[in-house]
Amino acid sequence: MYQFEYHRPKTVEEVTALLARCESPKILAGGMTLLATMKQRLAAPSDLIDLQDIPGISGISADAKNVTIGAMTRHADVASSKEVARAIPALAYLAGRIGDPLVRHRGTIGGSIANNDPAADYPAACLGLGASIVTNSREIPADDYFRGMFETALKDKEIILRIVFPIPQNAAYQKFPNPASRYAMVGAFVSRSAAGVRVAVTGAGPGVFRMTAMETALAKTFTPAALDGITAPIGEMLQDMHASGEYRASLIGVMAKRAVASLTG
Amino acid sequence: MNATDARKATGIGAAVRRKEDFRFITGNGNYTDDINRQGQAYAYFVRSPHAHATIDAIDFADALAAPGVLSVLTGKDVAADGLGGLICGWLIHSKDGSPMKTGAHPVLALTHVRYVGDHVAVVIAETAAQAKDAADLVNVSYGELASVSAVAQAQDKAAAQVHPEAPRNTCFEWELGDRAATEAAFSKAAKIVRLDFANNRLIPNAMEPRAAIGEYDKGTGIYTLHTTSQNPHVARLVLSAFVGLAPENKLRVIATDVGGGFGSKIFIYSEETVCVWASKKVGRPVKWVAERSESFVSDAHGRDHQTHAELALDANGKMLGLRVKTIANLGAYLQLFSSSVPTYLYATLLSGQYDLPAIYCEVDGVLTHTAPVDAYRGAGRPEATYVLERLVETAAREIGMDPAEFRRRNFIRKFPHQTPVIMAYDVGDYEASLNEACRLINYADFPARRRESESRGMRRGIGFSAYIEACGIAPSAAVGSLGAGVGLWESAEVRVNPTGSVEVLTGAHSHGQGHETTFAQLVSDRLGIPIDNVEIVHGDTDKVQFGMGTYGSRSGAVGMSAIQVALDKVIAKARKIAAHVLEAGEGDIVFEDGRFSVAGTDRGMAFAELALQAYTGHKFPTSEIEPGLKESSFYDPTNFTFPAGCHIAEVEVDPETGVVRVEKFVAVDDFGNIINPMIVEGQVHGGVAQGIGQALLEHAVYDPETGQLLSGSFMDYCMPRADNLPSFDVGVTITPAPSNPLGLKGCGEAGAIGSPPAIINAITDALGIRDIAMPVTPERAWRAARGL
Repeated sequence: MYQFEYHRPKTVEEVTALLARCESPKILAGGMTLLATMKQRLAAPSDLIDLQDIPGISGISADAKNVTIGAMTRHADVASSKEVARAIPALAYLAGRIGDPLVRHRGTIGGSIANNDPAADYPAACLGLGASIVTNSREIPADDYFRGMFETALKDKEIILRIVFPIPQNAAYQKFPNPASRYAMVGAFVSRSAAGVRVAVTGAGPGVFRMTAMETALAKTFTPAALDGITAPIGEMLQDMHASGEYRASLIGVMAKRAVASLTG
Repeated sequence: MNATDARKATGIGAAVRRKEDFRFITGNGNYTDDINRQGQAYAYFVRSPHAHATIDAIDFADALAAPGVLSVLTGKDVAADGLGGLICGWLIHSKDGSPMKTGAHPVLALTHVRYVGDHVAVVIAETAAQAKDAADLVNVSYGELASVSAVAQAQDKAAAQVHPEAPRNTCFEWELGDRAATEAAFSKAAKIVRLDFANNRLIPNAMEPRAAIGEYDKGTGIYTLHTTSQNPHVARLVLSAFVGLAPENKLRVIATDVGGGFGSKIFIYSEETVCVWASKKVGRPVKWVAERSESFVSDAHGRDHQTHAELALDANGKMLGLRVKTIANLGAYLQLFSSSVPTYLYATLLSGQYDLPAIYCEVDGVLTHTAPVDAYRGAGRPEATYVLERLVETAAREIGMDPAEFRRRNFIRKFPHQTPVIMAYDVGDYEASLNEACRLINYADFPARRRESESRGMRRGIGFSAYIEACGIAPSAAVGSLGAGVGLWESAEVRVNPTGSVEVLTGAHSHGQGHETTFAQLVSDRLGIPIDNVEIVHGDTDKVQFGMGTYGSRSGAVGMSAIQVALDKVIAKARKIAAHVLEAGEGDIVFEDGRFSVAGTDRGMAFAELALQAYTGHKFPTSEIEPGLKESSFYDPTNFTFPAGCHIAEVEVDPETGVVRVEKFVAVDDFGNIINPMIVEGQVHGGVAQGIGQALLEHAVYDPETGQLLSGSFMDYCMPRADNLPSFDVGVTITPAPSNPLGLKGCGEAGAIGSPPAIINAITDALGIRDIAMPVTPERAWRAARGL
């Protein structure tokens, strides 16, 4: 790890001021990816701006329509939240399968979606539930937020404050973990609500994406069989030493069907 | 508790809790990184980012000027000081009689780097962070060259050459067995079964990374090396006699608590060599602790074979002959025992448990631009077992015979048994372990379990592996005749204190095996004293006179036998003293339950009283019997030992995803007599976990184009975790080994040796396929299930 300055501001305004002033700053929101990258000397920010002292950007609340989760809320808190379990159990289930216990007690939802690792779990929940990402300057629909591998709609000096998840009729997440890293090799998040059916897939492509053909089929008939024959384009899948595009494409179908099956009993 | 009860509680056969665990699990172990010496500086190694390149220039002016930097040293400095290179201690000859061919293995690279992670320079600084920062400033000009990493390509005419001394990257072309007799057997065969397979390359990943502290005492001229070694005396011998760092009397090597080795800490590496050497140059103790990423690229790897094998059968399902051709990847340099692992530790076990009249095996050892490959838990025997047990299971299926029955038909049943590949098996009962394993897994009910799985859309399979291995290495004369540069005896010294407590100094080395407990159990049992009165001392060349260390499951059969012989000598002398003190004839002295007594009388004395008499010397003629009570032994075994057993795996494969779940795993092993059944079971669990890791998860992958290690972290190299493993059913059968006084065979590696073919046999059974490559990743199983 290289030398850096560590800041622990108390307000969002201080954060933006630091972002403006520092040479190559990085926001620290748990650091489960960033710190590992810095230790490997693959990242060398001049300044780390730790958000953990900023009031009002962590915690969970729920009303009849939405579950709102502060950006600095740890995965373990989402996983064990009674409100989340009641309103969107699939989201609590997803959070409980991120990384390992150490990661779940340090990593945050805001940090995860700001990083937008193509194999992370939370992007699937955001896109699969049609969440809104609320920043210090605007509200971004998940459909506009995720822009591919490690790319998001966030601008310079834009900070995620909270994520608002509309409560669906029901939802399910099925994750096929990479055996080594336990990141999603393929994760499928399926939700059903008045606004329609959403199927979001993480791990398989260069970023989270929706399987619209599956959504259309499930909107007609919400059964696993409705997904028969719907395949993801193999050429757009990730390929690495662990899995080919062909295999990942196949897993999308299997995971999506299993998610649907878990909702249809 | 009286002496008899105490001995039952802590003696041979008792499941005594490990004495050493309290300090380990409370954070009070004394590992190399826990040790800090006054004034210590830190080393960081500049490593090659290329698989193969020339070193055109090294500019370290900026590094030398960086904060805290004391020194930057390169291969030129090593050469200027006249140090020798690292060595391979086992000379193999090719079938044409020529000695193996390879290039020198410099401590720091001189003209070329030959694998990613190769050692180019070392930066020594006040802190570890400063050394690492400064290492970034060492500017090495490389001339990149083509590389070869895959075993299958190493001998291609067009392949990049690793060492000019070894044309076509071929270190040796070795053979074992009778070619003509094997050809004759094949010509009579009613059925020949052929398979081609790879034995996947593995990275050991001991929990404690390698580490070293070198220290030079200006006053005495003595160097001290604290290091993570499985064999500190061998380290001292190599560093003295071959590297030429210092004479043995001026070099002390200490390796007390070591957190796992699995073979990877047998070898003498550049890093500890440099720490010792540099400590004199900078006038400060020099410490180095590997980062996990360094372990991945620079610890010796294991396995990496490519094999074609053929088994000949007669019309009745009797095995007639075995023919094997293996190409073994040795990496860029030969490590300490690299050459022996795919030869004498491999082909000598190809007879397995079977009465195989003819065997012929050829092994080409090839050099590649990858990390050195050497012994890793099992070392050659897992590879041999994989070849044979995959062939045997496939043969049984192809002739339509039950795999258990096919094995029974071919088992060796008369002992001693001379195999066609050197080994002379002394004892065993292979059917006993097969039958017990079948009972434990309820083999007869497997069809019902398979139907149940199929009713859920799953595919279920069962696979056997009836392994044998050679442990207790080894008779010195035998290994000497096969090319070993060392003898493989073991030493022990039993020091009885005047109050009757005992220290045992052993040349064996514990790095997780629990010697402090099992060795003390033997002493407690033999001397009839409480186990807490026994201290086991190991891992320090200034304390233990000499020893060959621990690998090849040799600590019980060889190390404890040495203790047993030394204990015999202690008791013999004590008996003489007792005769004088108790005023009786020596022949009338009985030693039982820790008490010397005169037969048929109530006169006697406890062991502690006898010890005090030995050290006071008041009551026996010291002109005839020396005072004191301390005896030593150098024990050389008369034969290898041959642990054997039967593993059965039952797996369920999800054809939609290719996920393989190991539903049941039974291991029934014949380790001869057992000192501590709990520790033995733990060794089996660990070994089977590693074997399942090889079969399903672990794979060291080099990029075929660039020679970069793609699986260079736990993000990509998949270690087995608890949720990958079932609860193991472990059983034992016992035929005591006749070759050592305790009847022990050794249990440290059997789990890793027996399990991989059992898993693959089960998967091929589940999917109805002939073969599948290890590791069986979900995608591989998914493809196989779909016939892709």
